[in-house]
Formats: sequence, C-alpha cells, structure tokens
Amino acid sequence: MDIWTLLTIFMLACFVGYFVVWGVTPALHSPLMSVSNAISGIVIIGALITAGEQEMDLPKILGLAAVFLAAVNIFGGFAVSQRMLLMFKKKEKK
Amino acid sequence: MSAPFLSCAYIAASILFIISIRGLSSPETARRGNILGMAGMLLAIAVTLYSDVVKEYYWILGAIALGALVGIWSALKVRMTALPQMVAAFNGLGGLSAVLIALAEILDGSPQYFENAAGLLIGALAFSGSFIAFAKLQGIMNARAITFPLQHMLNAILGIAVICTCAVFSLNGSPQMFYLLAALSILLGFLLILPIGGADMPVVISVLNSYSGWAAVGIGFSLNNVLLIIVGSIVGASGAILSYIMCKAMNRSLFSVMLGGFGNDEKASSAQGSADKTAKTGDPADAAFIMENANKVIIVPGYGMAAAQAQHILKTMAYDLHDKYGVEVKFAIHPVAGRMPGHMNVLLAEANVPYEDVFELEEINREFETADVAFVIGANDVTNPLARTDTSSPLYGMPVLDVEKAKTVFFVKRSLASGYSGVDNPLFYAPNTIMLYGDAKKVASDIVAVLEK
Repeated sequence: MDIWTLLTIFMLACFVGYFVVWGVTPALHSPLMSVSNAISGIVIIGALITAGEQEMDLPKILGLAAVFLAAVNIFGGFAVSQRMLLMFKKKEKK
Repeated sequence: MSAPFLSCAYIAASILFIISIRGLSSPETARRGNILGMAGMLLAIAVTLYSDVVKEYYWILGAIALGALVGIWSALKVRMTALPQMVAAFNGLGGLSAVLIALAEILDGSPQYFENAAGLLIGALAFSGSFIAFAKLQGIMNARAITFPLQHMLNAILGIAVICTCAVFSLNGSPQMFYLLAALSILLGFLLILPIGGADMPVVISVLNSYSGWAAVGIGFSLNNVLLIIVGSIVGASGAILSYIMCKAMNRSLFSVMLGGFGNDEKASSAQGSADKTAKTGDPADAAFIMENANKVIIVPGYGMAAAQAQHILKTMAYDLHDKYGVEVKFAIHPVAGRMPGHMNVLLAEANVPYEDVFELEEINREFETADVAFVIGANDVTNPLARTDTSSPLYGMPVLDVEKAKTVFFVKRSLASGYSGVDNPLFYAPNTIMLYGDAKKVASDIVAVLEK
C-alpha cells in the first residue's frame, strides 16, 4: 500500500479513537488503560511476521522475544481488565 | 491464505477492538467489551499464523504460551493498589517489543528506514520511561521528583541528538546509526521520567500508555500493516486523552508536568499560619454520633485511604450508616484521587461498593450544600478551597470538591501536614471542621465499632 493510503487510514483511525475514548465513563478509566494496554499488544502481528521465518537467525530470535513480550502484554492486560470489571457490581436488590 | 481473506479478518479485528473500547462507556457493557477485545486479538493472531508469512510454528507457539503464562499469572496476583505499577510494566514490555521488531526488521534489510526508526524511538521511550515509572511506583526508587542542575539542558540536547540521529538514519540506513538511536532513545526515556514524581504519576502513566500505541503505529507503517496502524492510533489517542483529563484535573499543562520538579520545594505557605490557628479535634465516637444522626453523608476517599488498606472497613462504615441508621451515603471521587486514572473507582469496587453510589466530581459537587457530613479520608489537596480563591497558590484553578459546604466536615489524617502540593489547607481550621487524627483504617474501624454497638 502506498504511504498516502496508510496516512489516510492513520488519520481516520485517530479520529475514531478520539471519539470512542471520550465516550468511556470516567469510572472505567483504569480498565480503559489496561484494555488499551492489552490491545497495544497488537504489535504481536509484527513480531509474528519477523519470527515466522524458517531459519533460526538473529532476527528470528529477536522476533520470538518480541512475540513473548507482546503475549505477556495481551494476556496480562485482558486478564487484569476482566478481573477489574468483574468487581464493578450493581446494588443488590433487596 | 489469500490476501483478501487476510484483509477481511484484519478489518473484522479492527471493528472488534473499536466496539471493545466502546463497551467501556458503561459498567454494564464493559465485560462484554473486554471479551470482544479478546476475540479481536484471537482472530488477528490466528489469521496471521495461518497466513503464508509465518512458516514456522513451534517456537512461536512456545513464545506465546510462555507469555500467556507470565501475563495471566501476574494479572491474577497483582493487588489493586499496585495496579499502576503493573500497567507501567506492561507498557514497558509493549515498548520493548516494538524495539525488538524494529531491530529485527533492520537486520533483515528492511528499506523502511524512517518508519522503523519511528517505531524504535517511541518504543524505546515507552520502555525506559515505564521502567522508571515502575521503579518509582513500586517504591524501588524514591518516588519524588529527582532533579539535578542543567537537567532540562541535558534533556534538550539529548532530544535534539535523537532527532538528528533519526534523520541521518532515515537518509543512509546505516546500522550503526540505528544502534546509536536505540541507545540515545532509551537514555532519553530514563531522563525524561526522572524529574516527575508524586502526584504527577497518573499523567506519566497515561503518556507512556499513549507511547506504546504510537510505537505500534510506527511498526505498522514499517510493515505496511493496516491493523497495527488502526489499533495503535486508538491506543495512542486513549493515552493522550487520559493525559489531558488528568492534567485538567490538576490544572497543569502537560508541558509543565513533563518538565517535572513539582511538589519538591517546601513553599512558605505551609510554614506560616499553622502556628496561630487551631484545628478542632474529635474522636471516633463523636464522628459516629454525628454521622448516625445525619440525613446525608458524602465520603471523599483519597489515596491515603487506599495506602492504609482502609477501603473494606470504610465500606462497612458506609453501609452500617445506611442500613442501621437510614443515612444516605454517597462516595465522591476526584479524578486524581488515585495513582492512575480511575484507580479509586476500582479500589472501591474491589471493596464491594456498588458503582451507583460512586460519583465523579462534576456529578456530586453541588450536593455538598445539602449534605450534613463530608467525611474526607486520606485526601487533602483535592478539597483545598484555596484552589478557588487564592490566585497565588500553586493549586489555583484546580477543580476541587466543595466539602466545606457540608454542615460538618471530618478529616481523617495522621497530622496537619500538607499534601503533595506542599500547600496548607485552610479547611483544617474552619469552624465546621473536625479533625480525626490517626491511621485511616484504625479511625474507620473505631467508628464502625461505635456504630455497631
């Protein structure tokens, strides 16, 4: 894809992010941070591409380390978000 | 697998991520949102593994499994008061991951010099900055701002050096320049966060969160990957907006926060005054008596409450008042009450306080006029009326909770010492204020003991 298409996508995505994030209730700002933390682990896609080569060389090892780090981010981020969100309870009806 | 199929799957994953964040607009839809986010991630990883760019699986699956183990284990072990450190640590890992990918790409002979340099630079800042933030929050390092002479000069020179190296590398693509850039960016990340301390940490964590998103965008440009660009932008925007909200809640500019050094100089205002004014002191029994006869009590928790692990006993106090004495009890939260955005809400939720009873500053500030008691526990600066009246105060312009409008104000504090800002709080000496000295947990449990007698 040429750079202008990518830049267009980038600009539009920034706007989507801007509007979606302003819609988040302040009470859930901590879960927002951990969810966005988890999804920033999307760099794992890049890591998978570098680590996906056949031969075991330095780039592949770096890629594998990146896969590991991003996986910690993803699994840890989603797990801690779920843990937090399960705590937000409604009032019990008597 | 064909390219159109891969693209379709990436579009679907992007949509899932957007809906996932959208779900956080209310606690009712938030859990579903989180699950959709997981689904999006699963889809993105699965189709990438299945596509023909990945030719080897065993090592990769091993790395993912190991990462999952470490991630889930730490997520289940972490205490909610330690949440900010964990988010900082995860941000750092995400940044380091971007650094490694950029490095691997360059070693593989990628011609995308500028894009890789951008991914590396931002990733490295996120990594080393988060490292310092983690050390400060975890108490490994002194949490106060660390300043030294010519600090800003040094940072500025380093910043310019980073930009120059980045430019030179983008033009000639020499690996030496790339390593130099990596080293300089990591150093800059360390030095940038050092002078920021204490009450400014929520901003720092938000900024680092934002960096980890922009690093993903950089990698997305270098790999021509649309999904990375979209998701990275959303994360970047999220961190940026949270930084903005936190700065606004303290009435400080992002620039002055990043310059750092706030709250270190003991201002003259904290020394003067305390001697010639007297604060009224009460004991837990008085507080219990006044509160059980009140119609409406608003509790204002601050980080001191969480540090003393008083949230559970505070919840018991609140619901004893409500269930036994029919008092209307509400919680009022200032945006910077915790160590990260929304931290106090999580801490109260952990203590089983229903979220309908917890209110944000703008929602509840008018209600202090009609409240009989404002019970301030472990908070100080966020109630300081000088922020509204004294133009010379460092707090001036910061939105504060108008607790003094309640008929009686209780302050649970260890001493009359000033808060992070170093500004004396005149509320302590107001005629309707009663100080309850002691550890937050101890005072709250003494009150509960009287209430339950």
